[in-house]
Amino acid sequence: MSTSTRPYADIPAARQQPHLVTLNAVGNAGLAAVFLLLALWIAIPSVFTSYDPLSGISAEKLLAPSLSHPFGTDYLGRDLFARVVYGTPLTLLAACVAVPIGMVFGSVLGLLAAGLGGVTETIIMRFVDILLAIPGFLLALSLVAAFGPSVVTLGVAIGISTIAPFARLTRSEVLRVSQLDFVEAAYLSGHGRLHILFHEILPNALGPVLAMIAIEVSQAILIVSALAFLGYGNPPPSPEWGMLIAEGRKYLATAWWITTFPGLVLIVAVLAFAALSKKLQAFGRL
Amino acid sequence: MTDPDIILDIQNLLVARPAGAAGPPILDHVNFALRRGDFLAIVGESGSGKTTLAHAIIGLLAEGVTVKSGQIRFGYTDLLTVPDHRLTRIRGAEIGFVPQDPATSLNPVKTIGAQLSEVFRLRARSWGGTNKARCIALLEQVGIDQPERRLKQYPHQLSGGQKQRVLIAIGFALNPRLLIADEPTSALDVTVQKQVMTVFDRLVAEHGTTVVFVTHNIALAADHASRILVMRGGKIVEGNDLAGILARPVDPYTRLLLESARSDSRPTPRRAVSDGAIIEVESLVKVFDAKARLTRSHPPLTAVDHVSFAVRPGSTFGIVGESGSGKSTTARMIIGLESPTAGHVRFNGQDITRLPRAEQRAVWRDIQLVHQNPYASLNPRAKIGEIIASPLRAHGIGSAVFRAERAASLLEQVGLPRSLLARRPRELSGGQRQRVAIARALALNAKIIILDEALSALDVVTQAQVLDLLRALQEELGLTYIFISHDLTVVKQFADDIAVMHRGRLVEIGPVAEIFERPATPYTRSLLGALPGQRLAEAVFAITA
Amino acid sequence: MKAAHQGRRAIVYLGRELAQAASVLLGAYTVSFVAIHLLPSDPITNFLVDNGMALDPDTIAKMKLYYGFDRSAYEQFFTQLWGIVHGNLGYALSTGRPVLQDLSDVLPSTLRLAGASLVLTLLLTFSIVTTASLTNIKWLNRTVYALPPLFSAIPTFWLGMVLLQVLSFRWRVLSLFPDGSWMSLLAPAFVLSVHLSAPLSQVMLKSVDAAWQQPFVNAIRAKGASRSWVYFRHSLKYAAGNGITVLGLLVGGLLAGAVVTETVFSRLGVGRILQDAVANQDIALVQAFVLIIAALYVVVNFAVDLLYPLLDPRIVMDRDQPTEAGMI
Repeated sequence: MSTSTRPYADIPAARQQPHLVTLNAVGNAGLAAVFLLLALWIAIPSVFTSYDPLSGISAEKLLAPSLSHPFGTDYLGRDLFARVVYGTPLTLLAACVAVPIGMVFGSVLGLLAAGLGGVTETIIMRFVDILLAIPGFLLALSLVAAFGPSVVTLGVAIGISTIAPFARLTRSEVLRVSQLDFVEAAYLSGHGRLHILFHEILPNALGPVLAMIAIEVSQAILIVSALAFLGYGNPPPSPEWGMLIAEGRKYLATAWWITTFPGLVLIVAVLAFAALSKKLQAFGRL
Repeated sequence: MTDPDIILDIQNLLVARPAGAAGPPILDHVNFALRRGDFLAIVGESGSGKTTLAHAIIGLLAEGVTVKSGQIRFGYTDLLTVPDHRLTRIRGAEIGFVPQDPATSLNPVKTIGAQLSEVFRLRARSWGGTNKARCIALLEQVGIDQPERRLKQYPHQLSGGQKQRVLIAIGFALNPRLLIADEPTSALDVTVQKQVMTVFDRLVAEHGTTVVFVTHNIALAADHASRILVMRGGKIVEGNDLAGILARPVDPYTRLLLESARSDSRPTPRRAVSDGAIIEVESLVKVFDAKARLTRSHPPLTAVDHVSFAVRPGSTFGIVGESGSGKSTTARMIIGLESPTAGHVRFNGQDITRLPRAEQRAVWRDIQLVHQNPYASLNPRAKIGEIIASPLRAHGIGSAVFRAERAASLLEQVGLPRSLLARRPRELSGGQRQRVAIARALALNAKIIILDEALSALDVVTQAQVLDLLRALQEELGLTYIFISHDLTVVKQFADDIAVMHRGRLVEIGPVAEIFERPATPYTRSLLGALPGQRLAEAVFAITA
Repeated sequence: MKAAHQGRRAIVYLGRELAQAASVLLGAYTVSFVAIHLLPSDPITNFLVDNGMALDPDTIAKMKLYYGFDRSAYEQFFTQLWGIVHGNLGYALSTGRPVLQDLSDVLPSTLRLAGASLVLTLLLTFSIVTTASLTNIKWLNRTVYALPPLFSAIPTFWLGMVLLQVLSFRWRVLSLFPDGSWMSLLAPAFVLSVHLSAPLSQVMLKSVDAAWQQPFVNAIRAKGASRSWVYFRHSLKYAAGNGITVLGLLVGGLLAGAVVTETVFSRLGVGRILQDAVANQDIALVQAFVLIIAALYVVVNFAVDLLYPLLDPRIVMDRDQPTEAGMI
C-alpha cells in the first residue's frame, strides 16, 4: 500500500545469503554416475552382460542371485540382469523422448497464451484444462485400445499428457517475469517485443520449466512401467522393467528376486531424475 | 549488584551469522542497560543488527541465527538460559512485542477478533463473553471505529494504519512491563504514522511501560524517545539520552544520520535555472477500469484527476505524495508507459501524448526512467556491460566495440570501476545497481530522467552518495529530473520545484522553499506537520541560536 | 453498497467457476468424440476384425443400427451428448449391456478402495507434516523430509507385490484373494496411499514451511504461543488451501493407482472392466471411461474451488478494493 520501503543493506546479494546450491560433491558425482550407467546400458548393453536377454537355458531356471547371475534367473532360465540392462531403453527412452516433445508443444502454447492474452489466451487455457482432465494413464489405455499395445503408443500418450502441465507453468512463469522492472526497462530502452521475449523474459522464466522436465520424466517412467506391468507395452519376450516385475508374479514366494531387482533399478532411475530436478531448481534460482 | 530500577540489562551479546554466510557477526558484543520508564530508541539502518537485537530480547531469532555468548537480564532472569516453556510464558505477559509491516504481521486467513483474543486464549480458559468485551475495549483504546464489526473482519479489510493499531493493541493487551516495538510505523504513510504514534505514546503514558523502539528514522526517534542508541554493523556506535545525542553527537555516523534528517540542509546553490518549460503537463486524467462490464469486480478508480504543471529545463521537479496519490502514475504517463484517459503531455512544445510505438521509441531517447527497486530493474542473467549498452543496441547505434567503450565510460561517469562490466547484477550492492540503472538511462544522452522513488530503497549513506552523483550529473550534462518521492526530507534537499499530490489531485505547486515555509493548503500543512523531526529542529535551533 | 458489491462478487465468482467447469466437460466430450471418429475405420469394424469375427455386411449394418453408428457424425455428436446428460452412456460392444450397468456392478468395490486409501493418505500426510514441523530431533526431521520424494519414486504395483509377498507368504496375515476382511482392504489401500501421499506431503511441507517464514508467526509467538499452537491453529489453516488444490489434482492418479492395485491384489473393480475393454478394443467403452473420469475431475476441482474461499477469504472478497475507512 505505502510506497515507503525499508532501506536495503548495501551489501551484494551474493554475500548476504549462504550459497543456495548445496554443491555437494559426493551427491553430484553419485548422480552423474547413475545417469552415465543408464546411458551406457542403453548404448552398449553388450559390454555389461554376455547373456542373451531374450532366450535362456531352461536348466538354469529360477536360480538365486550369485556371482555369475547377479540378479538371478527367471522362469525360462534367462539372466535377469541381462534383461534389466536390455530393458533400459524400452522404459527410459519412451519417457525421455516423449516428455521433452510434450514440453515443447506445451511451452509454446503457454507462451502464446501469456504473450497474446485476451481471447486467444482464454481459448488456449480452456483447451489446456480439458487436457488436464484426462489422465495420461487413461489416455494411454485409449490409444492402446485403438492401436494395440506397444511402447511407442505409450510414449505418444505420455507426450500428449505432459502438454498441459507445461503450458500452465510456462504461462505463469512468463507472466511473472513480465511484471518485473527490468522487462519494462528493456522496453524503455527501445527493444522490440521479440527481443524482450527471447533476451529478457525466457532466460529468466525457463528455469522452473527445465526442472519440471526432469520431474515429469521421473513420473513418466513410473507410468510407462505401470502400463507395461499391465501388459500394454511391447509384447513378451520384451524385457521392459514393468513387464519383468509382472513376470515375477507367479513366483513371489519362490523366486523373490524376479520382482525385487527390476523394481529396485526402477526406483533408482526415478530417484535420479527427481534429484536432477531438485538440482535444476536450485540452479535456476541463482 | 543488581539495581532494581534496571529492567533490562544486556551484556556482551554476540550473535553470529548462520553457518555458511560471510560477514561480521550480526550483533558484536552489544552492551546496554534500560531503566524502568525509559523510552529507548535503537536507531540504525538495514544490516545494523537493530532488528536482531529486538528479536534476541524476546527470543525470536530467525532459523540458524544463534546467540554465541552474552547475557540478557530481564529483572532477575537471564532470558538466554531460561527454559523454553518459561520464555513462552514471559512473552506477551511480561514482554510485549509490536511487529513491523502490518500487511504481513497478521494471519490473513483468520479474523481480527480471533487474533486479538488469542492473547487471552493462550493463557486463560475463558472463552466467549469476557474475551470479547476485553477485545472491544482494546480496540476502542487504540481508536478503531466500530470495534464490534472489526472483530469479525479479516486483515485485508482494514487499512494499514488500522492494522498497526490492532498490533499495538495486542502488544499492550496484557499490560507488559517491557514493550518492544520493531519499526512499527515504517510501512505507513507519514500522516498515518503520526496518528499511530500518538496512540502509541498515549498507551505508554497510561501504562507506564518501558519501551524499546527500533527504527531507521532518527527524527522519529528524537520525537518520542528519552534515550537513543545508534547501531551500525552490529555494534552500538553511540548511546546517550536524547539531549546528549542531539546536542553533542560524537560518532561521525550519528552526525551523518542527524544531518540527513535535518531537512534544512541545502547544497551550495547551483546555477540559476532558466525559465520555460521542457515538459508541460496539461489536465492529465487517468481512470482505471473505466469500461462498464457485467463481471466488473470493483468501481473505476480515478488515479490522476486533472493534473497540470510545467517543468523548467535543467531543474529538479519533485512530485510528492503519500501512497495512492497518483504521483507514480502521473510520471508514467509523462514517459508514455501509461496512456492517459484525457489530457496532454508536451515535450519542448511538441505533443507526445498517446504516440504510436515507433514515435514513442524516439521520445525515449530523450526521456528515461530509473526504477525504485534496484533488485528488480536489472536482468539477472545479463552482464553489466550488456545492460548499460542495451539502449544503444536497441536503436542500432554503433558497432559492438563502440558500445562496449561507451558502456565503460558511462560506468566511470557514475562512479563505478570498469571492472564491473563483466559482472552480473547479483554481485553488486543496491547502491551500485542503482548507479548502473542511472548509467543505462544516460546511454542515449537523455535530457530528462524520471526518478521513480529511485532513492527509497537505499540506506542513508548510499542515498547521500547517489544524490551527490545525481547532482554532479545534472551540473555536467544539464539534465532535468522529475523526482517522485514520498520522502519529503530528501525532496527538500534535492528539488527546485515541488508539486504535492493527494488522491489524484494536484494540491499545491511551487518552489521548494515556498512550499516548506509557507504551505498554502490544509493538506500540505498536515503533511508537513506530520513529518517527524520537530525536536530535532528545536535542538538544532537551540544550539545555533 | 459494500455488501451488495460483495454479494455480487461472490455470484460472479460462482458463475465463472460453473461456466469454466461446464466448458471443460463439453470440451472433453468433444475431444474424445473427434478422436474416436478420426480413427481409420469405425469402432464396429475394428471390434469385429480384432475379435476374429466375420465381416458380414448384414451383421455390420444391424450392429450399426443398434449402436447408432449409422447416422452422420453431427447427429451422433448431439444424440450421444443428449444421452449422456440423461445418464445413458451407451452400450458396451463386448458385453452388449449398458455401460452404466456394467460399471455400477463393480463401482462399490472400487469406491471402497478409493475411500480407504484417501483416508490413509490423509493420515500419512498429516503424520509426516506434523512430525517434520514439531520435532526437535534432527535425524527424525531429516528422515521424515526424505520420505515423500522416496514415496513418489516407488511404483505402486511393485510395492503391492512386495507387500503381498510379505503379508501373504511370510507373515500369513493376508490371503491371496480378497476375502472381505479388514486386511484385504487395508493392504491395497495402504499401497495406494503411499504413492498418493507423496505430492500432497511435499506441497504441505512446503506450504507449512512458507507459513512459518511469514512475519505473522513471530507476532503470534510474541503473544506467548508455543510452536505447536502456531502449527495447529495457524500454519495448517494457512497451508490448507494449497493442500486441497493438490487433492483435486490427484483424481487422475487415484484411478491409475486403483487399476494397478486391483490387478495386483486380484480385486474386482472398475479396473477389471477397463482392462477388458482395452483387451477387446472396445473403444466406445474406453471413451465412456474417459468422460467419467473427466467429469469426476471437473466436479472435484469445482468443489475445491468452492471450498477455497472458505479457507482463504481474500479470494472472493475484495483484494484490491480501497478499504472503507480510507487511509486512517
